[in-house]
Amino acid sequence: MEPFRKLTAHAVPIDQPNVDTDQIIPARFLQKPRSAPFGDFLFRDVRFNADGSEKPEFVLNAPFRREAKVVVAEDNFACGSSREQAVWALYDFGVRVVIAPSLGDIFSANASKNGLLTIVLPAPVVRGMIDALKAEPDLEIAVDLENQTVSLPNGPAHGFEIDPYRKRLLLEGLDEISFTLGQLDKIEAFEKTYAG
Amino acid sequence: MGKTLYDKIWDAHVVAVEPGGETILYIDLHLIHEVTTPQAFAGLRAAHRPVRRPDLTLAVADHNTPTEGQALGVDAVADLEARLQLQTLGRNVKEYGIEFFPMGDIRNGIVHVVGPEQGRTQPGMTIVCGDSHTSTHGAFGALAHGIGTSEVEHVLATQTLRQRKAKNMRVMFVGEPIPGVGAKDFALALIGEIGTGGGTGSVIEYAGPAIEALSMEGRMTLCNLSIEGGAKAGLIAPDDKTYAYIVGKPGAPKGGAWDLAVTEWRGLKSDADAHFDREITIDVSKLAPTLTWGTSPEDTMAVDGLVPDPESFSTDDKRAGAQRALDYMGLKAGQPITDAKVQRVFIGSCTNSRIEDLRQAALIARKALDKGLKVATGVRAMIVPGSGLVKHQAEEEGLDQVFLQAGFEWREPGCSMCLGMNPDRLEPEERCASTSNRNFEGRQGRAGRTHLMSPAMAAAAAFAGHIADVREYL
Repeated sequence: MEPFRKLTAHAVPIDQPNVDTDQIIPARFLQKPRSAPFGDFLFRDVRFNADGSEKPEFVLNAPFRREAKVVVAEDNFACGSSREQAVWALYDFGVRVVIAPSLGDIFSANASKNGLLTIVLPAPVVRGMIDALKAEPDLEIAVDLENQTVSLPNGPAHGFEIDPYRKRLLLEGLDEISFTLGQLDKIEAFEKTYAG
Repeated sequence: MGKTLYDKIWDAHVVAVEPGGETILYIDLHLIHEVTTPQAFAGLRAAHRPVRRPDLTLAVADHNTPTEGQALGVDAVADLEARLQLQTLGRNVKEYGIEFFPMGDIRNGIVHVVGPEQGRTQPGMTIVCGDSHTSTHGAFGALAHGIGTSEVEHVLATQTLRQRKAKNMRVMFVGEPIPGVGAKDFALALIGEIGTGGGTGSVIEYAGPAIEALSMEGRMTLCNLSIEGGAKAGLIAPDDKTYAYIVGKPGAPKGGAWDLAVTEWRGLKSDADAHFDREITIDVSKLAPTLTWGTSPEDTMAVDGLVPDPESFSTDDKRAGAQRALDYMGLKAGQPITDAKVQRVFIGSCTNSRIEDLRQAALIARKALDKGLKVATGVRAMIVPGSGLVKHQAEEEGLDQVFLQAGFEWREPGCSMCLGMNPDRLEPEERCASTSNRNFEGRQGRAGRTHLMSPAMAAAAAFAGHIADVREYL
């Protein structure tokens, strides 16, 4: 996986709670191999009409949103299905950071395995960011994983929490399975003493 | 201080703890299917890694499989990409020596029906699968939850999963339900109360007299829907009903090992002084048959109620969301939900496709037939058993004949119309009375309109031609 350290980029506000992974990527695209252009399938049915033309009212089709690398979303973003393709779709579109007051548990786990940073901030802070991005679509958000901060231009730096192990994996782009297999002796010892 | 059931299962599976608290947890059973595994096997192959414990892994084909013509085999599956995923799973399980019930095998079916049916799901286990409804297996007092494809690869390679401990939440179900109300209504009522994010970061233990009274099928329905309340997992302490369900199944312990296992399982319950971070009580005697009106599982209402007015919601966000849901669903605020005409009825999915679910639907169908009723004109109604064994059992009991006589389609097992990735789908703006688990926009097919409800309620809707109160059909 690609390491993530910091970025300053345009952002897309998703001003709706409980956005589910079926919306992020409809099930009919789950049959595609990883090499398929998953960015094209992102929010497919709310972003495009059945004939493939864009829905102008959808936020991803607006200026500055097409090159967004940050998603700022409302509560419970990416709830529902375990489909990792939801992460692939965001990642292939170019998104590297998702900020929300809360996220689906499985989505967060999937994101951390693909170099997509998820950040949980208090609801009023996220609300302020969404309002600011709606008022000024060309605003760029700065995200710094090393120092664990998020900020808008001329705004305060908001600190965020991240598990130290997850942080290291992301900063260095490490393969998690190698890490776990590094503790193979412990797995073997567990199996020896474990009746189940 | 005492431990919860979740604490006990967690503690028994800790292999190692990283600085910061992330834990390497041992996995007892890994269920796999064709959709969330191709990339995982490709990753293993690229890194020249073996599957660590093929003996603790079980594969089925369910998401992509058509629900007719299964005897023709995978090579006859019309959809090219679906066929490729099914063929890929077949190749992968062969290469890595994993037990597999392929499409057409009587033991094949929906992964969360097959695990328990084979006796592979047992109390105290850790169980994972690349599918969010893995929470189903919690009905047996197992810690079971969905994982993503990268985690599937991790489990295949290491037989462990990296996790952080979740919070403990308990939901007590008390009281006795009225006829026509059951596990599906319990679950929808709970999600309506806590919301789809209400359980995020928590494992929910379901307890109380109304849970003890539920059958294993009902408990599976309830635990299945834990994820729709955002919970990591849902579980229920095992009891004599649990053991009676498992005993004699192919994967169950035999002879002396059985007695030892039951003795151990009897200790799998939360201690009296265990701490729960959050507790909720629901009185099921107050519940009417419940269904969803909107596009989120938390949009629930009683069948004898009126479609809510968005103005009645507390925040701008919620008002906007409710209006959007009503527009999508083609409903008007204040209309009786029973006015909504249905074009499709779907009885199936990992939530409600087990023998007891089919018996409940058949009970309604028999009574309707006695009154001279058939599936209403203009309604296409499908019954999709959860596995080949469920289908066989239902046919032994003559349920298929009841359904066929009444005008239902009797299909072959699979996920079917729950998720719109096989030929069973809704057309745009078709309204469906569905026993599945998600009413998200487009879930059952682009622009399709889903109302979640129990099998008995769905059967009643088939005869009425509109959303109907099952109590009028009892």
